[in-house]
Amino acid sequence: MNYKNREKIIAHSIFLLGSIFVLYPFISILFLALSEPGTRVSGFTIPTGIYFDNFIKAWTGGGFNHALLNSFVVVVGVVSVTIVCSTLAAYAFEKLDIFGITPLFALLLVGLVLPYESIVISLYYSMKNLGLTNTYWSLILPQIGLSIPFSIFWLRASFRSIPKALSEAAMIEGASRFTILTKILIPQIIPAILTLTVLLFMWTWNEFLLALVMIQDADMRTAPLALSYFAGNKRYGDPAITAAAAIWVALPVLIAYIFLQRRFISGMVTGAIKE
Amino acid sequence: MTIKHDYRPQTKIDYSSYLYILPAFIFYTLFVLFPLGDTLITSFTQWNGISEKNWVGLENYYKNLSNKKITSSIKHSFILIIFYSFLPIIIGLLIAGIMIRVKIHGMATYRAILFLPQILSMIVVGISWRWIYAPKGPLNSGLDFFGLESVSRAWLGSFDFALPFVGLIGTWVMFGFTMILFIAGVQKIPTELYDAAKVDGAGATAEFFNVTLPNLRGEIIVALIFTVTLALRNFDLIYITTGGGPGTSTMIPSMFIYKKAFQMNQVGSASSLGIMLTLLIFTLVSLILIILKEKK
Repeated sequence: MNYKNREKIIAHSIFLLGSIFVLYPFISILFLALSEPGTRVSGFTIPTGIYFDNFIKAWTGGGFNHALLNSFVVVVGVVSVTIVCSTLAAYAFEKLDIFGITPLFALLLVGLVLPYESIVISLYYSMKNLGLTNTYWSLILPQIGLSIPFSIFWLRASFRSIPKALSEAAMIEGASRFTILTKILIPQIIPAILTLTVLLFMWTWNEFLLALVMIQDADMRTAPLALSYFAGNKRYGDPAITAAAAIWVALPVLIAYIFLQRRFISGMVTGAIKE
Repeated sequence: MTIKHDYRPQTKIDYSSYLYILPAFIFYTLFVLFPLGDTLITSFTQWNGISEKNWVGLENYYKNLSNKKITSSIKHSFILIIFYSFLPIIIGLLIAGIMIRVKIHGMATYRAILFLPQILSMIVVGISWRWIYAPKGPLNSGLDFFGLESVSRAWLGSFDFALPFVGLIGTWVMFGFTMILFIAGVQKIPTELYDAAKVDGAGATAEFFNVTLPNLRGEIIVALIFTVTLALRNFDLIYITTGGGPGTSTMIPSMFIYKKAFQMNQVGSASSLGIMLTLLIFTLVSLILIILKEKK
């Protein structure tokens, strides 16, 4: 018994230490953001009071009202279209007989490993030629394409876990394939679709390079892009206001994480394994 | 038996099946495959983004390989792999090795905290750490507090320290992920294996190398691919923390691609570097899979 207890104490200590290490940068930036404007914060002291002035200054100074709205528009566009397209494709890959399925699937594998840093140049010139830079389209369309490989892999695995008998019974009753998909199969994989939605939301919200390349207009910036400009401009200015701006950008994902942490974690762990 | 019986519906190609995959493949082709092919073609040209493309064959590739700044940027990426990949995996494995069969309360909370760096924008992460490393930030204040003023400095502005200190941010981002992945993996190992090892008189070390490590092979592959890929790409974090500097001491290929294409107007050269980065990542991922995948 004593031995077991000692093991538990060691385990708790390790986890506590790890948690403190993870949380320290966030806590220190939170203290910084909540500090009294104009005071010198060393980051090694506990603040004497709570002031929200930095948050207000960051919000108005960094144009985060526009930025958060832009990010939401892009997220909704990317997530909704990706989910619909990927569900249809994953269903076809898993449940229908398609000639040439193996090479098509191999093509998708390329997209899973491809570093999109390398294709962003070409995407920029295509969008520029179409006159679409500085628009939502230049952010939404490429990110749908980039999200599709992972989403198809993810949903295909979920479709595979559904017993064949379910759809066969419906087929005998004469239901069309589309009806089988929407009325029988999709309800079975709602949890997997929700987890995928959470993952896509997070990835799209945090996307940076594409926005950096496509958007020059200050009003069109996404949240991370606005944050990087804000942090860049104020590099020698007040770090407390930058800290507050970073919290504004992190907040939507953090709130989602607090409520849906199991989905985030299981999604990322199994998602990585499926890749 | 009439002829009609040969008319089996299964053998007929139903073209409407393709309608289901069509929308996804239109997006995928237009915004992933086409740009990839386009990048490959541009990589064989000299192009400033405006005038005609000038076909130069493999010249961009030769120039990249003989450009010291570029080869050193690839070297930086490999150094970052130590911090992004090897350190978190070693930490994760050691801790998973200690945690065999330990079941504790509050695991869900620990897991949620340890995963936090994974869900946040790298821009937010980078800004947090820029503050930690700032000349008057917490790290230096802490050092001063312990009377180590001589050690404190502008960490990200130092030619010697910027790269490892950016690397440590990667370790911080990744170690929670590897820990959770490996602890979950360890819990799936049948306890009989450990009991058998005990009977054979195996100590903790032998137990780790003979039972834990081989049974975590799948998780280790996943962690390696995930972390190595991130270490090689890694644009956001470098952009917000150092921008590749001071000098080119934290320059990495993805940062070079961006600078060449969008600041120096060397689009052809940037494209060739993009293709090289893609090939490097494909090669490393394949190597990881070939070397570590279980032979069946």
